[in-house]
Amino acid sequence: MSEGSHNYLSARKGLWSWLATTDHKRIGILYAMACGTFFLLGGILATFVRTELGTPGETILDQDGYNQIFTLHGVVMVFLVIIPAIPGILGNFVLPIQIGAKDVAFPRLNLASWYLFMAGALMAVFGWLFVGNVDTGWTFYTPYSSGASNAVLWLTSAVFVAGFASIFTGLNFIVTVHKMRAPGMTWNRLPLFVWAIYATGIVQVLATPVIGITMVLLFLEKLMQIGIFDPALGGDPVLFQHFFWFYSHPAVYIMILPAMGIISDLMGTFSRQQVSGYTFIALSSVAIAFLGFLVWGHHMFVAGQSALSSIIFSMLTFLIGIPTGIKVFNWVATMYKGSVWLRTPMIYALMFLFLFSIGGLTGIMVGVLAVDVHLHDTYFVVAHFHYVMMGGALIGLIGGLHYWWPKITGRMYNETAGVIAAILVFIGFNVTFFPQFFLGSRGMPRRYHDYTELLPNFPEFAPLNLVSTIGSYILAVGLLMILVYALYSLFKGPKAPANPWGACTLEWTHTGRLPDEHNFHETPLVTRGPYDFRLADDVFGPKEED
Amino acid sequence: MSSTGTTLKHYFVNHDQQFDAAKLGMWLFLVTEILLFSGMFVAYAVYRSWHPEVFVQASELLDWRLGALNTVVLLASSFTVALSIHFIQKGENDKVVVLLLMTLLCAAIFMVVKYFEYSGKFSHGVFPGAGFEPHGIIDGKDYSTYDIPFAPQFFSIYFVMTGIHGVHVLVGMGVFVWLVTRVARGHFSPQWYTPVELTGLYWHLVDIIWIFLFPLLYLI
Repeated sequence: MSEGSHNYLSARKGLWSWLATTDHKRIGILYAMACGTFFLLGGILATFVRTELGTPGETILDQDGYNQIFTLHGVVMVFLVIIPAIPGILGNFVLPIQIGAKDVAFPRLNLASWYLFMAGALMAVFGWLFVGNVDTGWTFYTPYSSGASNAVLWLTSAVFVAGFASIFTGLNFIVTVHKMRAPGMTWNRLPLFVWAIYATGIVQVLATPVIGITMVLLFLEKLMQIGIFDPALGGDPVLFQHFFWFYSHPAVYIMILPAMGIISDLMGTFSRQQVSGYTFIALSSVAIAFLGFLVWGHHMFVAGQSALSSIIFSMLTFLIGIPTGIKVFNWVATMYKGSVWLRTPMIYALMFLFLFSIGGLTGIMVGVLAVDVHLHDTYFVVAHFHYVMMGGALIGLIGGLHYWWPKITGRMYNETAGVIAAILVFIGFNVTFFPQFFLGSRGMPRRYHDYTELLPNFPEFAPLNLVSTIGSYILAVGLLMILVYALYSLFKGPKAPANPWGACTLEWTHTGRLPDEHNFHETPLVTRGPYDFRLADDVFGPKEED
Repeated sequence: MSSTGTTLKHYFVNHDQQFDAAKLGMWLFLVTEILLFSGMFVAYAVYRSWHPEVFVQASELLDWRLGALNTVVLLASSFTVALSIHFIQKGENDKVVVLLLMTLLCAAIFMVVKYFEYSGKFSHGVFPGAGFEPHGIIDGKDYSTYDIPFAPQFFSIYFVMTGIHGVHVLVGMGVFVWLVTRVARGHFSPQWYTPVELTGLYWHLVDIIWIFLFPLLYLI
């Protein structure tokens, strides 16, 4: 174990050592800075949206401004935050160390992925700032998008380019897991985070090219009117929706699977217990990745697809509940008779259980054909996918960042501040999004900048929207608090021990306070599973003789 | 480690691991390529099933002889690539250089034929999208009679699919130029020839996609 002068941060100095790095850990930090910036941007846009809706009538945005803001909020959060964040930040930093590798299989490709991602992000921002308005929503439905401003050309190109970043990241992790495992790191000794990132990689590799070609066709539709998607030219807009959701539904699992992996690791570590149903959790990730490809039609129940298709898609959608339920029950069972240690990461894991279960179960509700006809395009759907995307994916990310923070930065954060912020996030999140279930089930449509005309029939829309907006401010305060104590910890935080959580996976047991540039002095020899606390004499010392 | 430029990256344990990783990565990349094209094949299938008679009629305007010529040319180039991998394994680098240059020549012939096909179409108003306005007479076919609903869709799909395929051919040509210079400078050996093998895999995929494009667009 090394101390001080030879860790991955101090090994090389200067800006160029970061911009040209092929070290998976540093690339993870590059992703963290990029995604963190975009998350801040997307969050600010979200508070604009909520402020506009907080009171009836025009508050701060007119209708065109509102349409642009919610479109950009969606594009930024989906393509620049939730999809890349966990694989990009934590997958990069943690996965190679967890399997005992010195790096990913293709380090230069890994760096290229980050540059592609940044190129895509800059194209999106450029198009938005200098080319024109985009108010299509993040889904770019035709014919609206093919008739919108030329900024659509920039945004579709941005999605295409950033998509390749996602493909190469997934490809890299699949090959890394197959070919780079340390001796003794068998498939059933992989940490569950690795299994989750592996399953995510499969989805990234198989689904992302389809959004790529969809964006190419949409680009050409707008540029040359090729008539594939635009009904005015004989094209079929529903075909666009099929193409779009063939990627974008599996993309939902690109977002949630890595978070599920984090939760599995947190449950094991902070319950001091073998994760219950290890094999089932591992394979349910693969099952979700597979089933995720068969359900895209449930986004199109009212778009004019045949009744038979809708019935089949509805049934397949219910099947997703099985592997997901397997995970949730096994996480709960992991805590049972465990020694639960309620630190900040574990609080986020529990929060995930609660919020994701609500998000998942309401997902089953909107998967029911008849119910969906009522709820489609209402705030119920908005609430549902925020419970999954924010309450699931982002809460998982925040929990994971708290968990691996000491390993990434070598410093601890203030635990009390962490707990307070977590409570604020939890309260703020629920106050924001729970009222939206009521709003949606009463018929409040999504993507409207105003609801004044609806108030005579639905007077409850005003107080519910106000509560939701107040909640979003509480949520913002909680998230900003995390930013503040994280930055404080970065410069002033107390130095962390090598394994502050008493975890059993290699990144904690076989590296120093900060990992070396090449992770390990000697390739680890793995002799136990990732959560075999009973066998972890290297963590807890030899067992006492009875 | 051999003396011919092979390098074992520090994060691999041995050459076999490094080679296997590269090859698996390439296969996964080829899978993404197939899925990229699959979107276009689906668009083709959908529009063909809706308007089969239009597609049959519109495909008459594509010259199957030129398509067949390009098919033969690409198949020949796949053969020379396969041979180049065979000979790089035996260390006969001179033959590899010749074979790769022959591959490059075939690819160039393919693109030249494609150029004449495209320009022939453009000169008679057969454009993808809004510019579609066929006119004039070639081979006794009056192009203006092909100005029918959904014929533009056929030609949009034709130009997009063969266009993106053509981009792949051009990329492949660039890689072959780079590869030939490296082989000529003796960078590869029977112990390490990963880039040759991976480029070969890529080139076979480009060939296979054309094998599907040719009958779907030109023949049926």
